[in-house]
Amino acid sequence: MALMNRTMTILLSLISLLALCSILPSSLAFASGSSDGYTINGRVKIPGFSLEGSGLEAKASDVKVILNSGQQVTFLRPDGYFSFHNVPAGTHLIEVSTIGYFFSPVRVDVSARNPGKVQAALTENRRSLSELALEPLRDEQYYEMREPFSVMSLVKSPMGLMVGFMLVVMFLMPKLVENMDPEEIRKAQEEMRSQGVPSLSSLLPGAQRSN
Amino acid sequence: MAKITAFFLLLCIIFFSSCYNTFALYEDQVGLMDWHQQYIGKVKKAVFQTQKAGRKRVVVSTEENAIAALDLRHGEIFWRLILGVNDAIDEIDIALGKYVVTLSSGGSVLRAWNLPDGQMIWESFLLGSKPSRSLLLTPTNFGANKDNVILVYSNGCLHAVSSIDGDILWKKDLAQNGMDVQHLVHPEESDTIYTLGIGDTQFEAYVISVRNGEVLKHSNMEFPGGFSGDLLLPTSDKAVVLDSSGSTLVSISFVGGEIKFQKFQISDLQGYSGVAVLLPSKLAGMVAVKIDRSLLFAKVKAEGTLEVVDTVPGVEAVSDSLTFADGQTAFGLIQQDGGKIQLTVKSSDDWKSHFLKESIEVDQQRGLVHKIFINNYVRTDRTYGFRALIVMEDHSLLLLQQGAVVWNREDALASIIDVTTSELPVQKDGVSVAKVEHNLFEWLKGHLLKLKATLMIATPDDLAAVLQIRLQSAEKSKMTRDHNGFRKLLIVLTRAGKLFALHTGDGRIVWSRLLTTFRKSGTCESPRGLKLYQWQVPHHHALDENPSVLVVGTCGHNSDASGILSFVDAYKGEELNYLAPTRSIALVIPLPFTDSTEQRLHLIIDAEGYGHLYPRTPEAVDIFQKELGNIYWYSVDINNNLLKGHVVKKNCKEEIADDGYCFESSDLWSVVFPSDSEKIIATSTRILSEVVHTQAKVNADQDVLYKYISKNVLFLATVTPKAMGNIGSVTPDDSWLYVYLVDTITGRVLLRMSHHGCQGPVHAVFSENWVVYHYFNLRAHRYEMSVVEIYDQSRADNKDVLKLVLGKHNLSAPVSSYARPEVMTKSQSYFFSHSVKAVAVTSTAKGITSKQLLIGTIGDQVLALDKRFLDPRRTLNPTQAEKEEGIIPLTDTLPIMPQAYVTHALKVEGLRSIITIPAKLESTTLVFAHGVDLFFTRLAPSKTYDSLTDDFNYALLLLTIVALVIAIFVTWIWSEKKELQEKWR
Repeated sequence: MALMNRTMTILLSLISLLALCSILPSSLAFASGSSDGYTINGRVKIPGFSLEGSGLEAKASDVKVILNSGQQVTFLRPDGYFSFHNVPAGTHLIEVSTIGYFFSPVRVDVSARNPGKVQAALTENRRSLSELALEPLRDEQYYEMREPFSVMSLVKSPMGLMVGFMLVVMFLMPKLVENMDPEEIRKAQEEMRSQGVPSLSSLLPGAQRSN
Repeated sequence: MAKITAFFLLLCIIFFSSCYNTFALYEDQVGLMDWHQQYIGKVKKAVFQTQKAGRKRVVVSTEENAIAALDLRHGEIFWRLILGVNDAIDEIDIALGKYVVTLSSGGSVLRAWNLPDGQMIWESFLLGSKPSRSLLLTPTNFGANKDNVILVYSNGCLHAVSSIDGDILWKKDLAQNGMDVQHLVHPEESDTIYTLGIGDTQFEAYVISVRNGEVLKHSNMEFPGGFSGDLLLPTSDKAVVLDSSGSTLVSISFVGGEIKFQKFQISDLQGYSGVAVLLPSKLAGMVAVKIDRSLLFAKVKAEGTLEVVDTVPGVEAVSDSLTFADGQTAFGLIQQDGGKIQLTVKSSDDWKSHFLKESIEVDQQRGLVHKIFINNYVRTDRTYGFRALIVMEDHSLLLLQQGAVVWNREDALASIIDVTTSELPVQKDGVSVAKVEHNLFEWLKGHLLKLKATLMIATPDDLAAVLQIRLQSAEKSKMTRDHNGFRKLLIVLTRAGKLFALHTGDGRIVWSRLLTTFRKSGTCESPRGLKLYQWQVPHHHALDENPSVLVVGTCGHNSDASGILSFVDAYKGEELNYLAPTRSIALVIPLPFTDSTEQRLHLIIDAEGYGHLYPRTPEAVDIFQKELGNIYWYSVDINNNLLKGHVVKKNCKEEIADDGYCFESSDLWSVVFPSDSEKIIATSTRILSEVVHTQAKVNADQDVLYKYISKNVLFLATVTPKAMGNIGSVTPDDSWLYVYLVDTITGRVLLRMSHHGCQGPVHAVFSENWVVYHYFNLRAHRYEMSVVEIYDQSRADNKDVLKLVLGKHNLSAPVSSYARPEVMTKSQSYFFSHSVKAVAVTSTAKGITSKQLLIGTIGDQVLALDKRFLDPRRTLNPTQAEKEEGIIPLTDTLPIMPQAYVTHALKVEGLRSIITIPAKLESTTLVFAHGVDLFFTRLAPSKTYDSLTDDFNYALLLLTIVALVIAIFVTWIWSEKKELQEKWR
């Protein structure tokens, strides 16, 4: 009797499995069962990126899809789809590597009990996906942008500042001197004559005294 | 006046702060400090694609799991794809004239790639019942409607796959009776195929319909003598195999499924001795049997008999047959005598004639020819010419055409085992380097062009000239030592046993040498390199001598296989000396002592635990004897979960070795990890040459922390046995990751920490007093990085000023592992987005510059991450004082800034390791990343604070000074005039 029961349950489970399998193609085939593992199917969508391989610098052949940090590596088909075969049930991690785009790794649950179930989530922002369509989170710009030429940048450069200082001394200093008290100028001139060649160090204490 | 001084000061400040320029790469700076080289690895199979007009190319599969299309004219890579590590390529072919078809992963994955650009067209997964050899057949003419079938035999099943979309048309299981299927044969213009296989004593043939996979006929026949080796197929209806004694060739006719054997005795031949081996080359109507060093060619006649045509001595390689126009077939064979290669292309129909006989000089450092692939082309006078692609012992790839080497590729560099560096010679006064030096005029011209570029008045031609000058700066590729220490030699050891010296300036090969001790020989069956050490680094009193490196290798894959030691001059690449085969090598310890000629002492520990001292001089023994009892080492036994500490005690007993260079060691301590709950998966230690600038770390609140700095701390990670597998094979509850910090002198465990729900792989890097490790967190299902910092508590009370004054501090006490100081550890974890292949840390000459972690990501890029992001003192809301100190507010994820990729928009395909070398300039470190590709660059983790950058504009500085001087004169003249006027008034 016990034996009978067991065969019955096996039969039932077989039937249910068959039923599930027949539903599979109609729903989105995300993970399908096979003899010793499951298949994960998905696609990579990159906006503004021709997958048919036109003359752009980024090509679909440069995109690698990696399962569990290198357990399996696959490439994209021209339509952007990829698949991993013979994957055991469990929770897996899929990473997409391509130059110029940042993809979030995706956790994918392959369930042994109901092989048609879609279970995927981006690990970066915990957003769950209804289908395994991977899109880059952001573009990656590897180079610093050169600032366009401006007069300010030239002025701000050390040389520009030196020249600027020179101009200030040349044109503003005489103005300052003009605004000074004539007596003070005479005093300063006398001092200069007594000291010979004026220098910055001799000017500074004089300035202090004048305050 | 006070205003003016303030202004002047401000100007100074601005001037110095603007010197401190930002350091992310601009696009036009690519190639200035970095270089990138692409390789493919040792070629396994090659298919030519030259029929159509247009670019002639050859498609190759390699041992690095690469598929590449190479330009036949120059050897450049058109496109290249690197498959996964477990995805070894078995077969490669071209289907429909436009797809490259590859069979990989033990015959379970069939992929088609677009021939012009390498785009994957389709992929099929072929399931089978049991492992078998993998065969791929892409027939060309099945008639009009069956033109697109690819036949694959793998894992015991025969599959017919549509070459247009990869659909499996039918599948036939042939694995039932243990037959080893070795050939798929498609007779011309039929829609049946034969699968031929041999068991131990029987030959078996299936005739299968291509249309639906139906077995039309199955026949087998016993052969009493039994078979050995592989089955060969010289014609489409006859097979040839050796019998089990190796002395009889058996030709098997199987036409229509009727099997007939015919024997042919090799032993009857004159001068026959040794063992006969059938060469696996596919020759039309012929077989090649290797006996000793010569090759015997036998023709298979129509009635199935064999006839010996010729015996050719000294043949290194034979190509497969090539069928070209009007049904002629030819094959190439290579005879070699040292550096002289003789290429002969023979017709398989008429032995006496040959199409080509050429003698070519090849660099002797390339060793023997391993493989040859031939291809034909039509000359201008309508005769046929031949080109040959040869794979050498050193993994290089050469194209021979018209008696010359057209191009070569040094593909040994795709499999680097270890790297070390050597300084270049010092620039001496009599040595002329004039050919690379600029004269002053050119220098000025270059800077004027630069100035024009800065002022935006340069024409596109000028801009191109500027770029050219910067890229081809002779300064960076000189063969002498430079002031900043940027120019060095990178000495790399490759899997082929070839040693290369690369110049860090432009990556060119300075010299290369195939080490004789690393070549296959009778005493050393499978030599392989292990490590490189700096053997002699001349400093003060031995400056006249060239530096040399020690190459360590082993003869086999067991731990007790005999070792190989080779000493190589780092400037010339000459092998100075070698010791092979020696005792087994378990560990090489470079000791911190050098002898009078600056040779470093090395202690080599063998599998039995005895230490052998090198160099073998009495002086070395004298130095070593003084330190006897101070030499400690540890061993990690992964199989037995054991960590052991050893000390070198005394000279060996006489029965082991009486040469005086052998030393006995004894066990000091051991740490046993319970094997039912922990398995060792990773270890890491500090790099011996690392320099630490200061032990003290001052906090924002003027508190002092003392780093626990010891060269003898080992980081070790274990996981629960269940978590040993891949991600997805274990639930978080069953998985634990433990990390340990162990003092390797005393065996003291400084720290044990557990991470629940985490698993490997663990990648760790140890530097100064901290360790950073990368692992997988199963609960969050993300990768994590943790940092652990160790501080010495016993010195914590040194901050008392009174004690310092009274001399009661212990700052000057020597660091000893036996002191057992109190340690304090701080730790923090962060999420990290990517999987990691390698982790390294920048190293600088004095250790003052702040550190950056170099993370080799799964996408084969190298990311530089400031150590400040991995600081256990990070908090969510740092105080003002902490912010000033440079503590970044805590975030749960480590930031990935695209500008921080040191590889910028390049990939180091198949990345394996990252090496950092300090430059003489304290701010700068040299980075070398290698895998299938090589990448080198220069990094300044805290920006180049100690030198002006390369693009500093000297011309602008000069111009400014000149302008200022003129201005001074002008104003002087003005003031003179004014003074004169005043006086006249």
